[in-house]
Amino acid sequence: MLHTVNKSPFESASLKTCLGLAKSGSDILLIEDGVYGALAGTIHTTMLAEAAGTVSVYALGPDLKARGLPEDRLIPGIKVVGYDGFVELACTNDKVQSWL
Amino acid sequence: MSETKKFMYINRRPPCGTVYPLEGLEVVLIGAAFEQEVCMVFISDGVFQLKQGQDTIDSGMKNFSPTYRALGDYEVTRLYVERESLEERGLTEADLMPLTWEDEDDDWAEKPSIQIVSRTQLSDLLEEQDVVFNF
Repeated sequence: MLHTVNKSPFESASLKTCLGLAKSGSDILLIEDGVYGALAGTIHTTMLAEAAGTVSVYALGPDLKARGLPEDRLIPGIKVVGYDGFVELACTNDKVQSWL
Repeated sequence: MSETKKFMYINRRPPCGTVYPLEGLEVVLIGAAFEQEVCMVFISDGVFQLKQGQDTIDSGMKNFSPTYRALGDYEVTRLYVERESLEERGLTEADLMPLTWEDEDDDWAEKPSIQIVSRTQLSDLLEEQDVVFNF
């Protein structure tokens, strides 16, 4: 299953809830303000870095760029994808769960 | 001569997800015409509003972050950024846009607008204000 998270982890528990319920092997895509969750060195970094061992974590490139977050500031292992990658993830997974 | 009041604009939201930051910035710029004692505060995800290098070209959104550079010309010269909020987000002062203002009383010397303050200092500043706006 593909999980999308669009809220900042500093403002909402969406990312935490998502990581708590996502099965091993799931794809998690951070979009919009959700991309702040991809930042390294924050109070939420450990939570995501640990999850990245069992799920695949992606972040949407255009949303990172809009917020001034370069790839070298992200948690290692997070893959940056474009809109084409978003479509690819939505197509390869049987279901999409949006944590709005 | 009307009485001058202390105005504080508190920004707590990240730049792109809602229209609050842009609307707030416009209110500050419009309000600057009334010559009050104005300061802006950036706390929580509001600190991301001042992040350097925002580029919305690929996402098709409007990038209003260069507008913060106009604040100095409108005599909004005090932008307080909470240190704790930066640290929680893995950011330092170097991640923020270098915003400046020109001091008329000091031969137009260029001075930094952004001041990094602690939560305790901010708490005292808040108490001093006459009017507080939240965006």
